[in-house]
Amino acid sequence: MRVPGLRGGVRVQLRYLLDREGLLGPLMLLPAIIYILALVGFPLVLAIAYSLSDVTAGDTSLDNFVGLDNFSRIIKRPEFRRALQNTILFVVVSQVLIIVLATTLAQILSQDFRGKAVVRFLIILPWAAPIALGTIAWLWLLDSEFSPIDLILRELHLLGPAGLLGRDAILGTDTNLVWLGRERLTMASVIMVHVWRLLPLSTVILLAALTTIPRDVLDQAEVDGAGFWRTLFQIKIPLILPIMGIAILFGMILTAGDMAVVYNLTRGGPVYYTQVLPTWSFFIGIEGGSLAQGAAVALFLLPLLLVVTILVLRLARRSEVT
Amino acid sequence: MASLKRRAKRIAFYGAVAAFCFFAASPFLFMLTTMFRQDRDLYRVGKDSLFFKLPPTLDHLRLLFFDTNYTTYLQNSFFIGVLVVVITLIIAIPAAYSLARLTGRWGEQAGILVFLVYLVPPTLLFIPLFQVVVKLGLNNTLWSLVLVYPTITIPFCTWLLMGFFKSIPRDLEEQAMVDGYSRITAFLRVVMPLSLSGVIAVVVFTFALTLHEFIYALTFVSASDQRTISVGVPTELIRGDVFFWQSLLAAAVIVAIPVAIVYSFFLDRLVAGFTGGAVKG
Repeated sequence: MRVPGLRGGVRVQLRYLLDREGLLGPLMLLPAIIYILALVGFPLVLAIAYSLSDVTAGDTSLDNFVGLDNFSRIIKRPEFRRALQNTILFVVVSQVLIIVLATTLAQILSQDFRGKAVVRFLIILPWAAPIALGTIAWLWLLDSEFSPIDLILRELHLLGPAGLLGRDAILGTDTNLVWLGRERLTMASVIMVHVWRLLPLSTVILLAALTTIPRDVLDQAEVDGAGFWRTLFQIKIPLILPIMGIAILFGMILTAGDMAVVYNLTRGGPVYYTQVLPTWSFFIGIEGGSLAQGAAVALFLLPLLLVVTILVLRLARRSEVT
Repeated sequence: MASLKRRAKRIAFYGAVAAFCFFAASPFLFMLTTMFRQDRDLYRVGKDSLFFKLPPTLDHLRLLFFDTNYTTYLQNSFFIGVLVVVITLIIAIPAAYSLARLTGRWGEQAGILVFLVYLVPPTLLFIPLFQVVVKLGLNNTLWSLVLVYPTITIPFCTWLLMGFFKSIPRDLEEQAMVDGYSRITAFLRVVMPLSLSGVIAVVVFTFALTLHEFIYALTFVSASDQRTISVGVPTELIRGDVFFWQSLLAAAVIVAIPVAIVYSFFLDRLVAGFTGGAVKG
């Protein structure tokens, strides 16, 4: 027996409920909140709990509370200082390079010129390759014996036994630079590869920022006789500063949390010259099976990231007000 | 004088363009040519070793496609990508709309919170998440990645879409509701069509992320036939000290070029996505 009135009533009621924004709003937000709480919030708490316990891959029960033991033990290890230094060096140097290069490149791409579509395609390539595989291509380019880069440098007489004008070559008389075998050069290689893969992303963000600058502002600047540098530093950069802040923030987080480049290029080596906190955490926690210490190492990233985030959000907000 | 200056400017401009293109793309030129070289041709140190001396060969491509799990990895990555895109859209679109329109003052605070969640890097979470995955019985299957990747994509995409929805004038929906649409129909019929750029940005971003992601894929999955390309290719083609260079480089470039074509095709919309999210968020 059908009761049309009742069904209609339920439908009206449902519609009435869904039109109440106080209810509909939270309802639409709920799935996202549940997902984030369950798979970001809970693991984050678990990471802290692990770091205060002695869990290993073999025994994952959390019943042994050891306080800050893991942290104090880690700090005492010589690798820790090095990993922390490396992480900071890696983040700061690659960010400075990326932001300078990306600003330049975004300026170029905001102009119209012939062949722009091809240039855009070429520029975006490094971001399109899965990063692990892109890094492996660099492993070949930086090979200790067959490196094509070394070969080109030798051909230019910048490296190798045959120097320019009878003098020794400026990069040394050995036939190879051994990019991934020497202390400073290895770190430089890691940074170079990271800049290579992250540059397209930062450029796209800054390009987006540049397109938001109203045309008449730039026209006015030109009428007023502002040159290239003056326009760049006194008009463009101040106007795009909030978005630039976001680009820097993304870049820093992606760098500080990156593992793919270091892991595939050097495994943190040679010795621990390029070990950063994420890779070290992986080696201790997953390969070494000491979940507690691995979690503790990773947690050292948290205050670093927090400081960066607060600084950048402040910057973004302040420039939004003015 | 003036024309000389302009000419110098042009040369500097194109010089910079060429330098950037070289830096970004020359590794790919190497990959494209090296993948066809015979071993004896590749392992030379002489002057002309950049160029082919022996005829090109397809052996390394044959190895990649028929003697390794490469095609399986491609399928796995594609499968994971599609599912993660679907999950992300289903969860992030309503959340973003809710934050942009329905939750008022506290919605703004919640929006900032969502953005902060995006900033928690996987390196902080992979150890506990690994245990979660084990407890759920999903370790060693690609389902673990389907479950976990949305934790990265949902916060970012919610934030991005929120910017898009905010940039659409409220009047449009209100007019539709006056005309008798419910809130949800107004959203589906009026707001969604105008936010297509945002949705495309989300799809491209999400799919790219699943292709790139390394640390979760490395930690959660060790069965060879369940791996993604990012982890599968290096583990199968680097055996101890032996690198199958040509196949490795081929594996990279075969993925990179189609993805880059899609990217440059949607670049303008991605750019719009970032400004939409960043300016209005």
